[in-house]
Amino acid sequence: MVQTGPDQTMPDAGPDSAPVASDLARAQITRSGAGFVLTGVLNVRSLPTILPELEALAGQDVQIDLSDLAKIDTAGAYALIRLRARLQDRGAVLSLTGVQPDHQALIERVEHSLPKPETRTAAPRNLMAGFDALGRKVVEFLRFLGDLHGMLGLFLARLVYAIRHPSEFRLTALVHHCDQVGLKAVPIVALMGFLIGVVLAFQGSVQLRQFGAEIFVVDLIAISILRELGILLTAIIVAGRTASSFTAAIGSMKMREEIDAMRTLAIDPALALFVPRILALLIVLPILGMIANLTGLIGGAMMAWIELGISPGMFMARLLDDTSLDHVIVGFVKAPVFALIIGVIGCHAGMQVGGNAESLGAQTSSAVVRAIFMVIVADALFSVFFAILGI
Amino acid sequence: MQETVIALRGIINQFGQHRVHDNLDLDVYRGEVLGVVGGSGTGKSVLLRCIAGLRPPQGGSIHIFGQDALNCSETERRAIDMRMGVMFQDGALFSSLTVRENVEVPMRNLAGLDAGLRRELADLKIAMSGLPYKAGDNYPSELSGGMRKRAGLARALALDPEIVFLDEPTAGLDPIGAAAFDELIKALSETLGLTVFLVTHDLDTLHATCDRIAVLAEKRVMYTGTMADMLHIEHPWVHEYFHGPRARAAVETLERNA
Repeated sequence: MVQTGPDQTMPDAGPDSAPVASDLARAQITRSGAGFVLTGVLNVRSLPTILPELEALAGQDVQIDLSDLAKIDTAGAYALIRLRARLQDRGAVLSLTGVQPDHQALIERVEHSLPKPETRTAAPRNLMAGFDALGRKVVEFLRFLGDLHGMLGLFLARLVYAIRHPSEFRLTALVHHCDQVGLKAVPIVALMGFLIGVVLAFQGSVQLRQFGAEIFVVDLIAISILRELGILLTAIIVAGRTASSFTAAIGSMKMREEIDAMRTLAIDPALALFVPRILALLIVLPILGMIANLTGLIGGAMMAWIELGISPGMFMARLLDDTSLDHVIVGFVKAPVFALIIGVIGCHAGMQVGGNAESLGAQTSSAVVRAIFMVIVADALFSVFFAILGI
Repeated sequence: MQETVIALRGIINQFGQHRVHDNLDLDVYRGEVLGVVGGSGTGKSVLLRCIAGLRPPQGGSIHIFGQDALNCSETERRAIDMRMGVMFQDGALFSSLTVRENVEVPMRNLAGLDAGLRRELADLKIAMSGLPYKAGDNYPSELSGGMRKRAGLARALALDPEIVFLDEPTAGLDPIGAAAFDELIKALSETLGLTVFLVTHDLDTLHATCDRIAVLAEKRVMYTGTMADMLHIEHPWVHEYFHGPRARAAVETLERNA
């Protein structure tokens, strides 16, 4: 307890007998006879300047007169209590004299509610902890893959259900999402395809001209765009646009317990939210890919005409004669797979959102990264697959 | 004569064509707990936001600590803000910071306060608002609604303000938690000499904590007075409010305890 009372006589103490003045006139501690007198305002603002002086007293027993203290707040009271604790550690005593009743009440209140620190067990940092963390990451990743398959299965099951119960299927939602995911993405996809065609034609012509093989620029453009780039880059753009919007829309519904509300109202979130979104992607991604292919070829043909003098008619003839339809098929086979990857990852991430806005942001950005990454991985697997088949 | 810390004169608040406050006058005295009541849409929270400087009114004057709060420099306004604390309805804690870091935020504005002391003071404020020590390490999303409110109060009290604004402090708490919060407000206002401006619907809170009650009705502060005064007012809404079935229960409990 803080000892109080005007009649206590303490031995002369203090490291310095000169008055210790604060730069700020807010709180001031001055030496007076056997002890010290604290005047001014002892609060959280004056604390930074007065505290070092107070702590400097912590040598032997200290007596402080508070009768002229104008104001004290909890931070000031805490400073006095802390000083007393420090003195006690060295076997000394702090006595406060002339404490005004309301100041005393405050000091007691602070002392009463002083937190009792609990020791935290620090996690050991060694090799085992590293392995532990690695193992957890691996398990987490495997669980994530499992969850994705769960989401895919859920989508397929609900799709079959929707086919068998067409009245429960939400056609309006499907049309809305087709518009959002497809129609609104047409300008950016078309522009991207066109520019890719231009770049390929230009770079290709520079290289092929050295061998006098300018005409092969048509094959270069046709194969690379139809087989790989058209659909892959479309999928990447759609992953960036759509996976994030799926996650944000579903995640904010999850955050505000709308998903739970749907469940209690006997509405299946999978049927109402996932099926229209993923189905919309399945429908529009091939179309968007086709648009990208078309504008890519147009861009390539234009650049070939300007740069190499290959007329559009010649480009067309070469394209139709020498490019196998296989390339187009190989390109389009990937589209539904990419659509599923993007849709499933977007919806899954939305369902992982917790109760706060921060997890919504984190899930949204991670959904985009995962979707793009998985699309590229899938594309690589397709390449290996078709190479083995020899197509 | 009591010292007036907040003086509102002729406050006008308007949303489009809809006038919420028209010539509203109100005085808040030092050291009192003032409860503001009123039906939904009478602009209790709007009034709180006006005084806290979050929404300038369309007309009227606000004097806080004798200073004109509407026509003062930004530095002066900041100085006033530092002497006031606001607890929002759901705590309004920063979700990316732990509770302790939340409480430390206002203290960061003070030059010279070293990190160790700041942390200790934050722990003290957390303990004073009735949270367990370990709650300081938690993120707001990991706390229950009642704990978030307490953490919000701890942050509002971080700089030992002279005035604290509480927006519906007991809304959404269970009766035990609400009663504990009432006691906390009362105890803090007594020991810290706080002036409390409290917006509430909770009759028990009004009974348990408020020295004075201000009733918002007909676009102004219709009546001010103690709880006992309120029971004798004939205005239909006020009568209904303080004599309704819920009010009677609250009065009875109070009388039983007295």
